[in-house]
Amino acid sequence: MSLLSLEKVSARLGKQAVLNGVDLTVGAGEVVALCGPNGAGKSSAIRAAVGLAPLTGGAVRLDGDDLRGLSHRQRAERVAYLPQERRIAWNLPAFEVAALGAPFLSGGDAMARAEAALIEVGAGHLIDRGVADMSGGERARVLLARALVVGAPLLLADEPIAGLDPDAQRLVLERLRARADAGAGVLVSLHDLTLAAGFADRVVVLDQGRVIAQGAPIEALSPTVLRSVFGLDGEWVEAPNGPLLAARRA
Amino acid sequence: MSRTVRLCLALGLCVIAALALAILIGETGFDRGQYAAAFGDPTSGPWEVLWQVRAPRAVCALAVGAALGLAGAVMQGLLRNPLADPGVLGVSATAALGAALAIVMGGAAVPGLVEISALIGAGLAGAMLIAASSAMRAPEALILFGVALSSFAGALTALIFNLSPSPIAQAEVMSWLLGSVQNRSWVDVAWVTPAVLVSAVFAVLASPGLKMLTLGDEGAATSGLSMGRLRAFALIAAALATGAAVAVAGVIGFVGLAAPHLVRAAVRGDAGRILAPSALSGGLMLVIADLLARLTPTDQELKLGVFTALIGAPLFALIAWRAAREWRL
Repeated sequence: MSLLSLEKVSARLGKQAVLNGVDLTVGAGEVVALCGPNGAGKSSAIRAAVGLAPLTGGAVRLDGDDLRGLSHRQRAERVAYLPQERRIAWNLPAFEVAALGAPFLSGGDAMARAEAALIEVGAGHLIDRGVADMSGGERARVLLARALVVGAPLLLADEPIAGLDPDAQRLVLERLRARADAGAGVLVSLHDLTLAAGFADRVVVLDQGRVIAQGAPIEALSPTVLRSVFGLDGEWVEAPNGPLLAARRA
Repeated sequence: MSRTVRLCLALGLCVIAALALAILIGETGFDRGQYAAAFGDPTSGPWEVLWQVRAPRAVCALAVGAALGLAGAVMQGLLRNPLADPGVLGVSATAALGAALAIVMGGAAVPGLVEISALIGAGLAGAMLIAASSAMRAPEALILFGVALSSFAGALTALIFNLSPSPIAQAEVMSWLLGSVQNRSWVDVAWVTPAVLVSAVFAVLASPGLKMLTLGDEGAATSGLSMGRLRAFALIAAALATGAAVAVAGVIGFVGLAAPHLVRAAVRGDAGRILAPSALSGGLMLVIADLLARLTPTDQELKLGVFTALIGAPLFALIAWRAAREWRL
């Protein structure tokens, strides 16, 4: 059974339809990348999957159970969400931010897990530093640690590498990949198609709230899809570290 | 001992010292014999001055300051905005409107009616903010709603003041709007303290949600906590604390805004752990401010609300300037 399934999901943002009958699944041990141009519905699909976007049709299931029938706590235990927003209102130290990912654990347990998660994302040296004194990349690592801290079987990340330098981008994706290799399911929205092809098992291409293609990365991101959805003339080139997209605007 | 407990103990000791000063020092100076009578002879004048005039006034200032400090910390946590406080969100103005309405309708003659009207005003503002917060998720939208509410309540209070037939009622409304703890008795203390304690219970219940909101609305909404309930608790706490403060002392600005800033760095930005230190620092500020207002040699005693604004506004500008780096996240 899939950890996450969206079944003919439709949703609106104001009067605008943002999802039109989207079907997608995420299974244990796989990384699924959501790709598409701005406004395609990537963030809306992820927000619908965690119950933040009210549905106008269809259903979201976590491990087979309708999301609407689950309590706040049950949802949080099954799915961890990493929002695109990286603003942290007050100058909390990193370990406190990471521990917010485990509000139902006792203080000591939450702190121990927070520390472990910070070390996992390469932010062990930042544990006691206030988030106001961090770079954007460091803050992104701390927030990733918060999403990892509870060890939820399903991880949803909305453009987690936006605005990060290449090293931090790879670090974030490697951590998500590692969690999938350890048995979690990961759904991540990405703009960088080469990174999507390199890290994801499957790619789901969205455009105007509809699923245009899905499958193995290079198949889903075929030259036809690249042209019709992204407006690119492109082809995939095999390179030593994985497929590379060579493309120009059509 | 945790950092927050140490901070609270230190603030508590400062509060005790400030209360002692506020009771011992006043416009009327006492000699050694009079102080002895004040502590030994319940029938003497000095005893009356210390324990029936200065002490209830100082304790009232403490309770009102604590209520405002608590309400400010709750509001700032709830809206993730260092500029939020009961004044900005219209709770103080609506409570003052309730009081003004009761005064011009002759309610001042009925014991407790003006106070209850102020509480009802604050409660109404709280209810409107709860309704608005469920309709508009963005904290900025709620602040704009609060500013509109504050302006509208202020306009209605001005209208009441304008149309009031009696100059006595006008003077009473004005005195309310300026804020003071002059002539407050133990009855007022008995009135305000339980309300502040109940609001503190609601604030403590809301504190995990306030801390979680540090991550933003979406992060908090998916954290597993029941944020709708915690938001309602926070608004009840803020409305009740503000209503109680305005009911007893009228409108006193700035304390709710500044108290959380004085202790935020010491609790390392924790929007849950800030509540108790913020209440203590608000109480401490108001006890000291009232003592200074009493001791300032003016023909007519300075109103506490005027005093806190005069000292507080420049001080707040300084704090804001120093903290600006932290806010630009």
